[in-house]
Amino acid sequence: MTVIESPRTPARPAPKRGVNWEKWGWIYMRASGVVLIVLIFGHLFTNLMVGEGVKAIDFGFVGGKWADPFWQWWDVLMLWLALIHGANGMRTLVNDYTSPGVMQKVLKGALFAAAAVLIVLGTLVVFTFDPCPAGSPADLLPSFCEAA
Amino acid sequence: MSTAILEAQPDTAVRSFTVTFLIRRFDPDFDTEPRWQDFDVEMYPTDRVLDALHKIKWEQDGSLTFRRSCAHGICGSDAMRINGRNRLACKTLIKDLDISKPIYVEAIKGLPLEKDLVVDMEPFFASYREVQPFLIANSQPEPGKERVQSIAKREIFDDTTKCILCAACTSSCPVFWTDGQYFGPAAIVNAHRFIFDDRDDAASVRLDILNDKDGVWRCRTTFNCTDACPRGIEVTKAIAEVKQAILRGQP
Repeated sequence: MTVIESPRTPARPAPKRGVNWEKWGWIYMRASGVVLIVLIFGHLFTNLMVGEGVKAIDFGFVGGKWADPFWQWWDVLMLWLALIHGANGMRTLVNDYTSPGVMQKVLKGALFAAAAVLIVLGTLVVFTFDPCPAGSPADLLPSFCEAA
Repeated sequence: MSTAILEAQPDTAVRSFTVTFLIRRFDPDFDTEPRWQDFDVEMYPTDRVLDALHKIKWEQDGSLTFRRSCAHGICGSDAMRINGRNRLACKTLIKDLDISKPIYVEAIKGLPLEKDLVVDMEPFFASYREVQPFLIANSQPEPGKERVQSIAKREIFDDTTKCILCAACTSSCPVFWTDGQYFGPAAIVNAHRFIFDDRDDAASVRLDILNDKDGVWRCRTTFNCTDACPRGIEVTKAIAEVKQAILRGQP
């Protein structure tokens, strides 16, 4: 009896096991997008419309917000979600417009570095911000500091 | 009154007019780069772009090379880029195009150009084969019986059964243009056709194949494929349904 062999074998190697970054990246873009809509419009509303509105924004306004853990976490969340969202979006653009190779690696590396530096610095500033650093010359401090 | 009737008389004489076609030619024996060549063809509004190509080949330049088989929108051989959009030449009527300007005709993009309007379809069919586009059933129907399927169950994947594998969608996809590794819309459409078929038992295998770096996640929902499909398949929607099925882990 003639046995007809199975006609089709997979042409590309079986997908690697482990974390499926493309899938999680896709899910992240959608989830972070929804959260960012709330965070960004909440941010714009409290900064620009509540109370005195846009005229109220000055050094003291920002310093006051970052004295409150609620706004610290709001801003840090916004920073992380938005930067990763944006960097991942740029990564897909790099994938779409360049062919695999050195240039693609350089561009993706630059994107990663820019996002990482901004996230680290931003997080540091939001949690350690002190509008009245001790030992500063009085003429450099804002008027609401006790030393000024 | 009588003059009004006279004026309302339609012009019954079918008029032809001259249409200029700019065709992207490439002869691998002589050309290093593709070049645009123009042809003036006498056409009727009800003629199709394929008729123009025939007229050019039969009356002006016999070396013009293109594929066509049935010439009636079923075989999917004559997909090409007409005025920058992927269309079947046999389904594109002259009256639907702006003939005050030349009509640009070129081969579909993203696949290796072989000659004039003919491309190498092998990469396209390779990714089609990879999604295993055939029924894989673990059970046997009762002897002498068919595999029964309800109308509602058939309706779920009805849209994606219409594919004629013309490659208009895949070669309209900007992700496919830059990265030939991407499966492309047509392969995903044909995977969708079996993933959502309740007589088939290998949905998880196909979902696994498409849950890949070069699988459905590369889709940017540009909707070029939906616009290009000559069969009116909602290609982008089908891809989105496959994404949802992967997230659920089942169809």
